[in-house]
Amino acid sequence: MVYLFLIYYGRSKSEQINLVIPSFLQDCNDRNPLIRALAIRTMSYIPTPVVIDALTEQLRHCLKDRDPYVRKTAAICVAKLYTADPRKAEKGGFVEMLRDLLVDSNATVVSNAVAALSEIGDRQDGVIFKLNLTIANKLLSALGESSEWGQIYILDSLLRYVPERHKDAEIMAERVLIQLSHANSAVVLTAIKILLYLMNYMEDRKLMEHICKKMGPPLVTLLSSGPEVQYVALRNILLIIQRRPSVLKNDVKVFFCKYNDPIYVKLAKLEIMYRLARDENAREVLAELQEYASEVDVDFVRKAVRSIGRLAIKVSTAADSCIQALLDLIDTKVTYVVQEAVIVIKDVFRRFPGRYEGIIPKLCENLDLLDEPESKAAMVWIVGQFADKIDNADELMDDLTFNFLDEPVEVQLALLTASVKLFIYKAQSETAKALVHRVLKSATEDIDNPDLRDRGFMYWRLLAINPTVAGEIVLAEKPAITTDSDRMDRGALDQLLLHTGTLGSIYHKNPETFIRNAAGKALTDSPALNPLSRQVLVPIARPNLPPPAVRVPGPGPVEPSAQTALVEPVTTSKPSPPVLPGQPAEASGSGVDLIETASTNGGHDEDGDGEGDDDYATSPSAPITSDPYANLDSAFGAYMADEPKPHGNEQMNRLF
Amino acid sequence: MISAFFIFNQKGEVLISRLYRTDLKRSIADVFRIQVVSNSDVRSPIITLGSTSFFHVRINNLYIVCVTKCNANAALVFEYCYRFISIAKSYFGKVDEESVKNNFVLIYELIDEINDFGYPQNSEIDTLKSYITTESVMSTNIAPEESSKITTQATGATSWRRGDVKYKKNEAFVDVVETVNLSMSAKGTVLRADVDGHILMRAYLSGTPECKFGLNDKIVIDKSADRGAGDAVELDDCRFHQCVRLDEFDSDRTISFVPPDGEFELMKYRSTSNVKLPLRIIPTVNEIGTTQVSYIVTVKTNFSNKLSATSVVVRIPTPLNTTTVDCKVPSGKAKYVPAENVVVWKIPRIQGQQEVTFSGTAHLTSTTTKQVWARPPIDVDFQVLMFTASGLIVRFLKVFEKSGYNSIKWVRYLTKASGTYQIRF
Repeated sequence: MVYLFLIYYGRSKSEQINLVIPSFLQDCNDRNPLIRALAIRTMSYIPTPVVIDALTEQLRHCLKDRDPYVRKTAAICVAKLYTADPRKAEKGGFVEMLRDLLVDSNATVVSNAVAALSEIGDRQDGVIFKLNLTIANKLLSALGESSEWGQIYILDSLLRYVPERHKDAEIMAERVLIQLSHANSAVVLTAIKILLYLMNYMEDRKLMEHICKKMGPPLVTLLSSGPEVQYVALRNILLIIQRRPSVLKNDVKVFFCKYNDPIYVKLAKLEIMYRLARDENAREVLAELQEYASEVDVDFVRKAVRSIGRLAIKVSTAADSCIQALLDLIDTKVTYVVQEAVIVIKDVFRRFPGRYEGIIPKLCENLDLLDEPESKAAMVWIVGQFADKIDNADELMDDLTFNFLDEPVEVQLALLTASVKLFIYKAQSETAKALVHRVLKSATEDIDNPDLRDRGFMYWRLLAINPTVAGEIVLAEKPAITTDSDRMDRGALDQLLLHTGTLGSIYHKNPETFIRNAAGKALTDSPALNPLSRQVLVPIARPNLPPPAVRVPGPGPVEPSAQTALVEPVTTSKPSPPVLPGQPAEASGSGVDLIETASTNGGHDEDGDGEGDDDYATSPSAPITSDPYANLDSAFGAYMADEPKPHGNEQMNRLF
Repeated sequence: MISAFFIFNQKGEVLISRLYRTDLKRSIADVFRIQVVSNSDVRSPIITLGSTSFFHVRINNLYIVCVTKCNANAALVFEYCYRFISIAKSYFGKVDEESVKNNFVLIYELIDEINDFGYPQNSEIDTLKSYITTESVMSTNIAPEESSKITTQATGATSWRRGDVKYKKNEAFVDVVETVNLSMSAKGTVLRADVDGHILMRAYLSGTPECKFGLNDKIVIDKSADRGAGDAVELDDCRFHQCVRLDEFDSDRTISFVPPDGEFELMKYRSTSNVKLPLRIIPTVNEIGTTQVSYIVTVKTNFSNKLSATSVVVRIPTPLNTTTVDCKVPSGKAKYVPAENVVVWKIPRIQGQQEVTFSGTAHLTSTTTKQVWARPPIDVDFQVLMFTASGLIVRFLKVFEKSGYNSIKWVRYLTKASGTYQIRF
């Protein structure tokens, strides 16, 4: 306790700390190893120059102390010293001494040395910490004897080892495999991380399959620990099943929610259920989702309803029963349920054109319940798109456009397009003519929003010049939507999986994108890396994250020099990995982004006539592309809003 | 790694605060208070603001919070919180505001020892107790030789056991505790039934004993592989205490270990095949008009009549606008609890192969808004002694020690459910 007091006191009153240093030094030479360790530990917590000076000499002795307890404490002290004064630590040769500790006879000392070295290695100005095969094997043999936390540090550090041959990776994986039955969930997740990493360097298909099979049960078992760990596990499972679908393919039942699960666990489970849904289990999943749709929590219900629709799109054999389920839900007349149902039904229409149009009248009955922009826009799209099949479409549109000026932009855009469609379908109808005239007039004259105004002008001119051609354009065949768009890009996924178990894996973002000074990780190329992984290899993002305020998001001009510099060291002897020189370094493939927006945007955006929309994707307002989900925004709509995500910096600053 | 550790009470006051690193200021605690404690709708145990992340675990109105500024291993942080709670429990029984306040010196010493610079260190309760004691000054009355013994233990290969334990009577107790998770659909089909098993051991054995443990298990990794006949239980997965040699288990399926002294959890397992459900619940619920709901709920015991289920609690949900419920039960007591909108039916004991039926009617007030009743599931808690839902049996437990003493071994089985046995209707 006295020591603790000194730590706080020492930090605030540095001039008086001189008085206690002699007693520290005395304690450092005490016969009792506990006291010796305590003394250096306390000293290292006080990062003032005076104390550090006194410490360095003692630390050197303690690192060679005969008592392992002192050595392991000293190992961590080096990390502290390094944070306080990197130059001194390097000059004092402490990093080399830490390296020597890696082959210490005591496992705890080894693991702490590993922890300290990893800490130093993660710093941008720090020395590079890499492992070769011999050291990695030494660490593995220490694994069995170290404490559970020590195992985590050691396993974690194995990421710094790059296998050169397939065989090396395979042997190592077999040794790591047994750790999967450890009781500590962090050990299990870290072991899984290493296995996933090593699998990139393997070629033995059979062994890989075996590993996948072995990974499944421990992951499921994680679900019986505390809710917080469950949450971590679930978010990781979501990533893992995208990369290695064979891991949990038969286990969809264990992800069914319990009534008293915390909401964050439920939401995460829901997402996994949808991912695991296939032809064989679609019925079970649907029954379960219907059950959730009657629960209390609004968010959860909405997500469940939306999942039903997505299920219809994903598993076409189940589409009929999904639609029936959605119709039943609409009958409940609960506003938020109906709204969600309408939104997904719109997507279902897109997926199966001409198959379910019979249900449109039912949707129209519930028009009054819709009060949120997204659902309203969806409904307007449906009315516009199928104006020829809805007898009273012009009446409906007339009602809908009544408050045109007061609607949110999203709805206004939809209304504009829908009224044009209506006019094209029913060119003879006087009401339709009057309506489109009114809408176009207010869109171009009374509204300040440039998107809306420009689109208004565009339609106006189209109609004015040649209505038939306009009709062809506006009612053009739309590309069918698929669920492919909600899958993550493989290279980005590989990279994210290197963060299994950590914060990054929970937010599904690379840590360097939301944590300042965090080091990114990337697969390193080696002869053993399997060709598919190499193809999608994403080079590490810019090591230095500029302060967020200055950052211009989006695929702006990127310094090609930085790019080549990053790739070059890897490619000296090998044929260069297929990273296009023009491709921005930070993008999880912004090239992919451009290609995909065409389909995802088309999949969501109501007017379907492209042009105006594709520009959005490339405009600087596009989401930051290093977010692997960035191109999914349109596919999910507001759905992504309740994804867990780190909050921006502004909020933090305001609070201080 | 972990930059700071806090304990908050429900009002958001800081009870314990320990900064491991200099990258945070103490005022970070205010941020947590604003973001989590005073926020009624917290939807995640992890909150990230800027590059600072808060991890919290709630226990008895306390928040155990870890703060970090890097891409920390989230699983590790939560495991650390859980571990802190279990250590605190073993040091001073209950973890609540009062006990934290009474023991704050001890807690500071503990969190300083189990975590150095944000890296969790040795956290074995047994070892910690040998040098972090509730008595005051410890450095003076422990001889250096003894303390070096402590340090070797704290860092050694078997950090969980002291070498010099002595007992007059050498005994080992094994408890097999199984928790049944069930969700049954309204149609009576089993949606999901699995067993989370824990094998707890209390070892009071002298010296450094070497134990071998055998079960009637069969670990199934590949489900499609041929299944041998026999009474072997299929375990989907099992995880062991760190004292178990995992490599030996991997090669020849023997569980061998040097147990820590006292109570510990030897292994956890999970089984999904052939789960014997000890209780069967058959509900019939009808909504009669808008003012009444009638219930008939039958509980059937599904095990040998020599055994019995004890402390059975059936929670039957009622609509939100229920005023009164008439209950008729042949045994136990049933009562309507308006605060939770459930009828709680407590039955102290049901013999095997029997059935009891609850019948009742809930009277509803008429409401203006027609809100659909969500029909939460019926929930049953119970305990059945000497019964395992998975059918797991301990085959043997052998103890080898240099001195060759005889030891007495006890085995007990218990199957229970608390909040996880759910039947929809």
